[in-house]
Amino acid sequence: MMMLFYSAAAIAVIATLAVISSANVVHALVYLIISLLSVAVIFFVLGAPFAAMLEAIVYAGAIMVLFLFVMMMLNLGQATEDEEKAWMKPKLWIGPGLLTAVLFVQLSSVLLTQEHALAPVEVGVLEISLLLFGPWLLAVELASMLLLAGLIAAYHLAKR
Amino acid sequence: MLRLIKDTLISQVVTLWRVFVHAFAKTDTVEYPDVQPQMAARWRGRIILSRDPDGEERCVACNLCAVACPVDCIALQKTEDEEGRWYPEFFRINFSRCIMCGFCEEACPTNAIQLTPDFEMAEYVRQDMVWEKEDLLINGTGKYHDYNFYRVAGKKIRGKDKGEALNEAPPVNVRSLLP
Amino acid sequence: MRFEVGSALSIGAILFTVIIVAAMLIWVERRLLGLWQERLGPNRVGPFGLLQVVADMIKIFTKEDWVPPFADKFSFILAPPIIMVVILMSFSVIPFAPGVGVIDSDIGVLFVLAMASLGAYSVMLGGLASNNKYALLGSLRAAAQMVSYEVFMGISLLGVVALTGSFNLREIVLAQSDGWYVVPQFVGFVIFLIAGVAESHRLPFDIPEAEQEIVAGYHTEYSGMKFGMFFVGEYLGVLLISSLLVVLFCGGWLGPAFLPPIVWFALKTAFFIAFFILLRAAIPRPRYDQLMNYGWLFLLPLSLLNLLLTGAFILWQGGM
Repeated sequence: MMMLFYSAAAIAVIATLAVISSANVVHALVYLIISLLSVAVIFFVLGAPFAAMLEAIVYAGAIMVLFLFVMMMLNLGQATEDEEKAWMKPKLWIGPGLLTAVLFVQLSSVLLTQEHALAPVEVGVLEISLLLFGPWLLAVELASMLLLAGLIAAYHLAKR
Repeated sequence: MLRLIKDTLISQVVTLWRVFVHAFAKTDTVEYPDVQPQMAARWRGRIILSRDPDGEERCVACNLCAVACPVDCIALQKTEDEEGRWYPEFFRINFSRCIMCGFCEEACPTNAIQLTPDFEMAEYVRQDMVWEKEDLLINGTGKYHDYNFYRVAGKKIRGKDKGEALNEAPPVNVRSLLP
Repeated sequence: MRFEVGSALSIGAILFTVIIVAAMLIWVERRLLGLWQERLGPNRVGPFGLLQVVADMIKIFTKEDWVPPFADKFSFILAPPIIMVVILMSFSVIPFAPGVGVIDSDIGVLFVLAMASLGAYSVMLGGLASNNKYALLGSLRAAAQMVSYEVFMGISLLGVVALTGSFNLREIVLAQSDGWYVVPQFVGFVIFLIAGVAESHRLPFDIPEAEQEIVAGYHTEYSGMKFGMFFVGEYLGVLLISSLLVVLFCGGWLGPAFLPPIVWFALKTAFFIAFFILLRAAIPRPRYDQLMNYGWLFLLPLSLLNLLLTGAFILWQGGM
């Protein structure tokens, strides 16, 4: 389990770096999918199989498909790739890089001071649904209403 | 709603059933190399040159077949023997061009060129697709058993003078005034 | 979390069997189509043409494996293995018989759905990387079709999941020992069947590769073994959907005791495979907008209604 966790984490980090540095949009998207899937593996290792599967179904399976779908219709060619490459200049990297470094230091200091052993606690489907439809029922209903509003709006737009 | 269910479900199920029933029908396939197919007598296959009932070549080298041929696959040269009969010096059909349309058979005035139900004409060497007169001639009359061009035509050959053909009146002496 | 993995030998045996069966399906499909179209089908290579698969494999392996110079090489090579891997991964949660199976997982149904949704990438990346108008059109259609029909597939399954109270496919099978779910969940069964055909883009719904309109759709530019992977992937999909139908709705390995459980499973799966081929033989391809309208305006409300009624029934029976 430990090995699985660290390898999945390493894949996630490398894939995410590739997302940022890749000039071709489609390649970046493929790396993003890989990153999401390895995060799903991490969820699984940490004892949340339901969350892992939802990550794979919703993020990697549905949202990224829509991204790719849009990308297909944009007709991106060599010009976009060149533009992307031009943005990869070190001058433009310095600012965001510094800010991210500060964030990284903060995050690692928080993580290092706290005691968090890798001790998987089982969170199955039943526990999640008891929580969602018990104490958090109102939040679930509100979220579903928001989704319903989105659905109706999409239907209205599609009807025209 | 009922209409939709009828269109989307019932009719599809009926289609599925009707196609399924075909499983019990006899197959139409003829397993060709193992089972020889029954060819119709009028099938337009390999071209032959036939002989008349006397055993002579029917072809009189009139070139009508070569003219009728839409792909120009027939080549022949006319020659004449000492008796006055016309016959082809060579007769060549390029079967790699032939489209088996049968126009040559329709054009032939002497029923010499005929199409047969034989269709197995594949060759390994392309040059072998060109057939000469020796390859094309058969020892028979083909589809028309009694037809003999020189016995019904007015042309004079050895053994048959003018007016001696079937259904032919003797020649009229145009310089005479007698009836 | 119950999470039992079978031995390496059984995993290898299942993988081998699944791939061999999927390859044999090419022959089975051609013979059955012949049967229903009053033809014979391939019967030359070996007895009854059984070795046709070997001939096809030799042909496809020795063909030139060509990557077009205008294609995006990375995605082009990546796309075909995805569909094979994803569908073979789905087989890991299928319970073939008591004790026969790769993983006994509590999230089996979700895992299958996740893998099915990832399968869309194969088609999309393949079409996008080909840099070809027909391929792009095919993969656009495939993306819309697969994403849409995934929704109904998931919702139609939820009735079964609710009746069992578990996502574990093995428990779903065991819960059917009193009666198959095809009776109480008939609507879900039909929706799952239709969505399954659309999901594996098999013939009535093979709009992504409609030969008469867009050459070969998303795999227009593919040749050799890359095409072979798409091809075998399609048959693996048929096998997967058939075995899922058996597991979820038709009692899996359950059956009268005079045959061993694995034989019952195989027989039921074979029945559904034959049904898929009959669908291909009988039903013409709908238009693309008809397919989408049918899905969103007919199947979605129907599947939601089915779920609602199932939930109401469970509440009523539970006496809550």
